[in-house]
Amino acid sequence: MENPVILTLGGLTKRFGDVIANDAIDLTLHQGEVLALLGENGAGKTTLMNMLFGHYTPDAGYVEIIGEDGVAKRLPAGNAQAAIDARIGMVHQHFTLAENLSALDNILLGSESLWGIRRNRRAARAKIEGLMQDSGLIAPLDEKIGALSVGERQRIEILKALFHDARVLVLDEPTAVLTPQEADSLFLALRKMVANGLSVIFISHKLHEVLAFSDRIAVLRHGKKVGELTTADADKTQIASLMVGEETALPEREFCETGAPVFELTGVTVQRENARNSLNNVSLCVRSGEIVGVAGVSGNGQSALAQLISGLTRPDSGTVALAGDVVTAPTPKSMIKARVGRIPEDRHHDGVVGSMTVAENLVLERLGDDDVQRHGFLRKGAISDHADDLIKAYDVRGPGAQARAALLSGGNIQKLILARVLEKEPLVILANQPTRGLDFGAAGEVARRLMEARKRGAGVVLISEDLDEVLSLADRIVVMHDGELIEAGTRDRAAIGLLMAGQAA
Amino acid sequence: MMMIEPRGSISKRMQTAIPVIAAFVALALAALPLAFAGAPIFPAYWQMFIGVFGSVFSFTEMLTRATPLIFTGLAAALAFKARLWNIGAEGQLYLGAMGAVAVGTGLIDGPAVLMIPLVMLAGAAAGAAGMLGPAILKTRFGADEVVTSLLLNFIIIIFVQMMLEGPLKDPMSMGWPQSEPILDNAALPRLMDRMRIHSGLIVALVAAVIAQIALSKTTWGFKIRAVGENAAAARHAGIGVNRTLLGVACISGALAGLAGVSEVAGLKGYLTTDLSPGYGYSGIVVAMLAGLSPIGVVIAALYVASVFVGADSMSRAMGVSSFLADLVVSLSLISVLIGGFFARYRIRFTGKAGAKS
Repeated sequence: MENPVILTLGGLTKRFGDVIANDAIDLTLHQGEVLALLGENGAGKTTLMNMLFGHYTPDAGYVEIIGEDGVAKRLPAGNAQAAIDARIGMVHQHFTLAENLSALDNILLGSESLWGIRRNRRAARAKIEGLMQDSGLIAPLDEKIGALSVGERQRIEILKALFHDARVLVLDEPTAVLTPQEADSLFLALRKMVANGLSVIFISHKLHEVLAFSDRIAVLRHGKKVGELTTADADKTQIASLMVGEETALPEREFCETGAPVFELTGVTVQRENARNSLNNVSLCVRSGEIVGVAGVSGNGQSALAQLISGLTRPDSGTVALAGDVVTAPTPKSMIKARVGRIPEDRHHDGVVGSMTVAENLVLERLGDDDVQRHGFLRKGAISDHADDLIKAYDVRGPGAQARAALLSGGNIQKLILARVLEKEPLVILANQPTRGLDFGAAGEVARRLMEARKRGAGVVLISEDLDEVLSLADRIVVMHDGELIEAGTRDRAAIGLLMAGQAA
Repeated sequence: MMMIEPRGSISKRMQTAIPVIAAFVALALAALPLAFAGAPIFPAYWQMFIGVFGSVFSFTEMLTRATPLIFTGLAAALAFKARLWNIGAEGQLYLGAMGAVAVGTGLIDGPAVLMIPLVMLAGAAAGAAGMLGPAILKTRFGADEVVTSLLLNFIIIIFVQMMLEGPLKDPMSMGWPQSEPILDNAALPRLMDRMRIHSGLIVALVAAVIAQIALSKTTWGFKIRAVGENAAAARHAGIGVNRTLLGVACISGALAGLAGVSEVAGLKGYLTTDLSPGYGYSGIVVAMLAGLSPIGVVIAALYVASVFVGADSMSRAMGVSSFLADLVVSLSLISVLIGGFFARYRIRFTGKAGAKS
């Protein structure tokens, strides 16, 4: 027998300017059910959940929650407090915790009256400890959030929702930052809570976890609900084609002769206050014509490695060599000059100047070149022609060369950066999380371009949290953990997962 | 309920219309305190208008007032473009004036073609040095230039006082703390007989044109914009962020210094500590009104100068306080800032049950 309906979304619509992010989406959630909201990035999953939670006001449609007494109640639009009062809990993709407060304070945050004098922390602690017992989500309560791992922070977020007696829990891409093992334990805990009557909506674009964990799947594409099916009847190719609308295949990895080393780190140590930005005696050799995949959970030194290759940081000890020559004082400029192409992790923050035009962003790294300037004056015509060529060649879609780069979508900003980096035929390419947040189409394009560069003879360092991506693209896999690089020597998911968690296989 | 939503993009026409509308809104809003002061509104505004446009003299007075504002406005606009918050134009103005006085009162002598450029160069260099300090502190140690450049103003003005009581004091001044007069062949020539308008205005206009070209057409301007809009991306792309900031600091300080040169060598003839009625601070307002565009600075400076000169005339004729000028200028700035907000965002009102439709 099917459990009673607990939540109904009716015809929810949201427009941002001319873009329809959500187009009349209907959804129901039953008590004790796990509903997976599946879709590519930009399909509208997060928008939909933000309307449910009252962060956005829908342009049309309603959210209705059925109380324990069986009475349906419409939530006032755009009111997060009403959603909390209706016992909807949300765990955002980017955590909303205060780093300098303890885990306990974070959980209590917002639940206490501003005017209260006494804080009943003991009762609160007892309740949280009870919740930890029941769910299996164990986390230290007295540590400051800043000292906790990503997995622990996520548990705190979930505990926070449970502390507010959530009946419906919304999880936005909960596994994006977890190791495979951490993800498994999260799902185990959620299963336990669902058995106790909790209803869960979880947003994901990872097919395998959706199939493994959900009861029902709703697929979104371009802001519309394109399919709804029970997980038991679903199969991978069917859902994937629903998601992307057409069959897509990752590029085949053809054999490629590797050549001389183009990028070498020898015993490089970078000491920073923050362990996330430190490297500990790291050695790495990238040859021409190979893609080296750096797997690992973010925050284990990947950003230090990326900054090193970008020329933004200098090693405290050890050497960096490009094509056999030791680089003594790397700067971004010298690295660009030495034909190192850098695709930054945060493309909006480090990749483009949003308020400058697409054309200007395309020449950002080569202002000194003769075809960009003459005697210090910009050659606007040449810059504009150059932009038109690259936009065509790299299929950068948007309002055109003279539009502000900020108006492009994430995928097209990435194509812009690819165009800028690859047009110079770099010897070494750093691709740091190159497909994060991109939809299937754009991600496939990035992968194809990297393959092409590899074939041309470039050496590629691919840093990615997405193990599937590393497995499908990399010729060789190294794992980063706690500032150290370990040669994986295997393509076995489980073995690599263990290395990512810091346990020797 | 009220919702604030970003608009897609802002049209060029809207961008230029906003300050113009804001200027009129500010004048309209100023009618309120004017009425409170007991003045008849329309005659008062008429006095304000003819106070600027009523005669050749009053018009040239307005242009004379606008000259230092163009310089300090450019100083602020260029620095702000690079997100370098130079709040120290007032101090740099005095440094520039002091540089002009140091060179132009008899230290060296020569023909005007030599002396005028030298005096300007000395003032510009002194002004540049005044902003270079805060900029170095910022790039080296991360010291907030808002604080350092602002506080430096007071140090510089006290320093000027000290110099005017000491080494720079004119022995013929009968005890007044003022410098020796600028030599005739070092002074900026007057543009019209019996009017105070001087060639500093020409220099200011040329500076505005050069700044406009530099910002939009050179690699240097490109770097300034990139550093200002996204320093992280600029650094990642190999643009020398610190170098750009230091360069901008020098140019910005030099422009503020030229404001001092133009006042002392074009208008007053000697340096006192009341050389500037806050032109350095007004320059910030001018730059913001202009949306940081150099050509816009010229227009904004003319507007602010008109309000000042017009309000002076109105206060004389109507017997209301001339502080009204400050009020109109402040209201204009607020109106422009609010207007800019409405250009970027739209406000929608939704009922409590906004989800009904």
